[in-house]
Amino acid sequence: MLRALWHSRGFIGGSVQRDFQARYRNTMLGAAWTVLNPLAMIVVYTVIFSQVMQSKLPGEVSRFGYSIYLCAGILSWGLFAEIVTRAQNMFIDNANLLKKANFPRICLPAIVASNALVNFAIIFGLFTVFLLVSGQFPGAVFALLLPLLVLEVALAIGLGLVLGVLNVFFRDVGQFFQIFIQFWFWLTPVVYPAAILPPALRDLLVFNPMAAVTGGFQDVLLHGRAPDWAGLLPATLCALALCVLGLRLFRKRAGEMVDEL
Amino acid sequence: MGAITVSGLGKAYKQYPTRWARLAEWLLPWSGPRHRAHWILQDIDFHIAAGEAVALIGINGAGKSTLLKLITGTTLPTVGSVATHGRVAALLELGLGFHPDFTGRQNVLMAGQLMGLDADRITTLMPEIEAFAGIGDYIDQPVRVYSSGMQMRLAFSVATCERPDILIVDEALAVGDVFFQQKCFDRIRGFTAAGTTLLFVSHSMGTVMNICDRALYIRQGRVAFDGAPRTAADRYQAELLGHAPVDAADEAACAPIPVAVSVSVPTEAPAAPPVDADRLRTSVALSGSDGSIVTAHADCVGAAFVDADGVALTNIGADQQVRLRIDYLAHRDLDDPHVGFKIRNRHGIVLFETNTYCMHQTPGPVSAGGVLSASFVFAMQLAPEEYTLTVGLGNGGYDEGNFREVLNYLHEVSAFMVLPDAAAIRWSGMTNLAPRLECATL
Repeated sequence: MLRALWHSRGFIGGSVQRDFQARYRNTMLGAAWTVLNPLAMIVVYTVIFSQVMQSKLPGEVSRFGYSIYLCAGILSWGLFAEIVTRAQNMFIDNANLLKKANFPRICLPAIVASNALVNFAIIFGLFTVFLLVSGQFPGAVFALLLPLLVLEVALAIGLGLVLGVLNVFFRDVGQFFQIFIQFWFWLTPVVYPAAILPPALRDLLVFNPMAAVTGGFQDVLLHGRAPDWAGLLPATLCALALCVLGLRLFRKRAGEMVDEL
Repeated sequence: MGAITVSGLGKAYKQYPTRWARLAEWLLPWSGPRHRAHWILQDIDFHIAAGEAVALIGINGAGKSTLLKLITGTTLPTVGSVATHGRVAALLELGLGFHPDFTGRQNVLMAGQLMGLDADRITTLMPEIEAFAGIGDYIDQPVRVYSSGMQMRLAFSVATCERPDILIVDEALAVGDVFFQQKCFDRIRGFTAAGTTLLFVSHSMGTVMNICDRALYIRQGRVAFDGAPRTAADRYQAELLGHAPVDAADEAACAPIPVAVSVSVPTEAPAAPPVDADRLRTSVALSGSDGSIVTAHADCVGAAFVDADGVALTNIGADQQVRLRIDYLAHRDLDDPHVGFKIRNRHGIVLFETNTYCMHQTPGPVSAGGVLSASFVFAMQLAPEEYTLTVGLGNGGYDEGNFREVLNYLHEVSAFMVLPDAAAIRWSGMTNLAPRLECATL
C-alpha cells in the first residue's frame, strides 16, 4: 500500500495543487486569499478577544493568554474537522473518477490529508509568526507539536476512512456526522478551559480523544510545557484502532463501493 | 506484453429489498445474506493474445461495458479473475473522469498522472496531445464548457498519447465527427500494427469488420459467440431483429478459432427460391416502425433479402447480387397492385426507392386470399454501413408514381448491414459506381 502511494505521489501532489488552484480560480487576488482568509481568523481571535473584549483566562496574566489558548484549540480542531468532514465524502465526491480510472484508491485519503495539512501549515505558520512577534513563542517545546500532529492526523484519517466507506453505503452516516461534529466541538475544551467544567463532566473528557489532543496543543503553546503524554494514551489507542478498522473496512468494501456509487 | 486472460469471470450486483436489509446484513453477518445477487456477467472465459484486435458486440445492457470495466480494473469481479499484462489505457464511456471545473490542460495533467506518467513527460507530450485533439483555445477553458465531442477528443488524445500495451475503447468514438473518427482509427490501426492489443466496443458493424480480426458477441451476460466478426455480426443483427437463434449459446461452446474476414462476392444473383403460398397465407403480418400504415385490405407477410434457399440475410457483402423478396397477402380483390421498397441510411437519407409501377410493370391483379410475391434482383452497390428497409403496397398507379390507395406501408420494417468487400477497390461516397479505368500515358 505504501508502495502504491509512493508510486502515485505525482497524482497526489498534482491533486493537492489543483485543489488549491480551483479554490481561488476566477478571483482577482488569487493566491493572496490563501493567506488573507486565515489571517483574518487569527486577527479576530487575537486582537478582538484580547484587546476589544479583554477576555482573560482564569489564573492567566498574559494579555494574549486567552487568544493563544483559543487559537491553539481552534487551529488543531480545524485540522481534525477538515480531514474528517472531507474524508467522509471523498468517495462520493470522486465517484466519476473511481468509476472511470483505475488507480490506487488509497490515494484519496492521502490527498484529503495532504490538502488539510497544507491549509494547516499556512494558517499555523501565520500563527507562529504572531507568537514570535508578540514574544509568546514557547521555545524548544514547540517541536513536541510534531508527534501531536501525527497523532491527530492518524485519528482524523482513521475516523474519516471509516465514515467515508460507511457513507457510500449508508448516506445517513454523513448527515448524522455533520450534526455530531458540532456537538463534539462544544464538548471539547477549545473555547472554554477544561477547568471551568464541573468535576463529574471533566472526568468524562477522558473518553474524548480530541480533548487530549487540543489539550496538548494548548499545553505547548500557552504554558510552554510538554503535553501530558499519559493522558494522550487513550487517544493514541483510539487512533490506532480507528486506522485498523478503517483500513480493514476499506479493503473489504473497496470493490463493492464502486458498484454502489 | 498485452495479453488478456479472463477466466470464470462473473459479476453480480447486490440488490437489497430495503436499505435496512443492508444494515442488518452488515451488523448480523451470521444471520445469512439478505440480498439478491443480480448477475450482469457470468461464466466469461477467453484469452486474447498480444496484438489481437477484438471487438465486443451486443445489444445495450448485454454487459459489454461491465466487462470492460472489469478488465480495466475499475470494478472488481464477484467470481473469477482477470489477468492483463502491460500498461492498459482505457476510454470508458465519455471522458477519463475529467473534472468539470478544471481546464482541459489541468485535466490532461491529471489523467496523465493517473495513467502513471510523470509531470515532465506529460509536459513534453502536451503539444502533441493538443494538436491531436484539435480543440484550439478550449484547452485552457474549464471542461464543463466542452461539448461531448470535444471531451471525447481530449480524452482520446490523452489516453493514446503513448502507445499502451492494451487499449480499451468503449463506444467513446461514436460521438466524434467523421474526420476525427478517421484520425482515431488511423491511430488505433497504427497501434495494433505495432503490437497493441485492442479491445473495442462498437455498435457499428462496419467499423468492427474494418479494424477487428475477432469478435466476442455478448448476449445476456455471457459470451454467445467468439470468432469471426462477420458471424458475430450476424448473430447480433439477428438478435436486434428479434429472432436470435436459440442455439447460439450452445454453439459458442465449440466456437471456432478466429479466422480472417473474407466476404465472397457472388456475381450471380441468388436463384429464385420457391414461394410457399400456403405458408405465407398463415404467416404473421409484419409491422413497421412509427409512421407505418396498415389496412385491413392486405398484409405484408415477408420482406427480406433472401438467399437461394429463401433464408433471410441481414448481412450483405458490398456489390453482392441480392434478391429482395416482398410478399403480400391480399384480403380483397386488387385490380392493379404495385409493390415498392425504399432503402435509407442511418441519417434517414433515401439511397434508393422504386416500385413496380415506376418500373413499368404490372404484377396484378390479385384476388382476395391471393399472395403477391415480388422479387427485386440487383447488385448492392452501397457503402458499407447499416441501412433500413421500408416496403409498401399500393393499388392503382397513376401519373409519376402516385396510387389511388395505399394498402400497406411498413416504415423501416427491418435493418440490414452492408459489409465491406475486401477484394473490391477502395472508394468512399454513397454508391459504388464501379468505374472502369482506361488510361494512357503519352
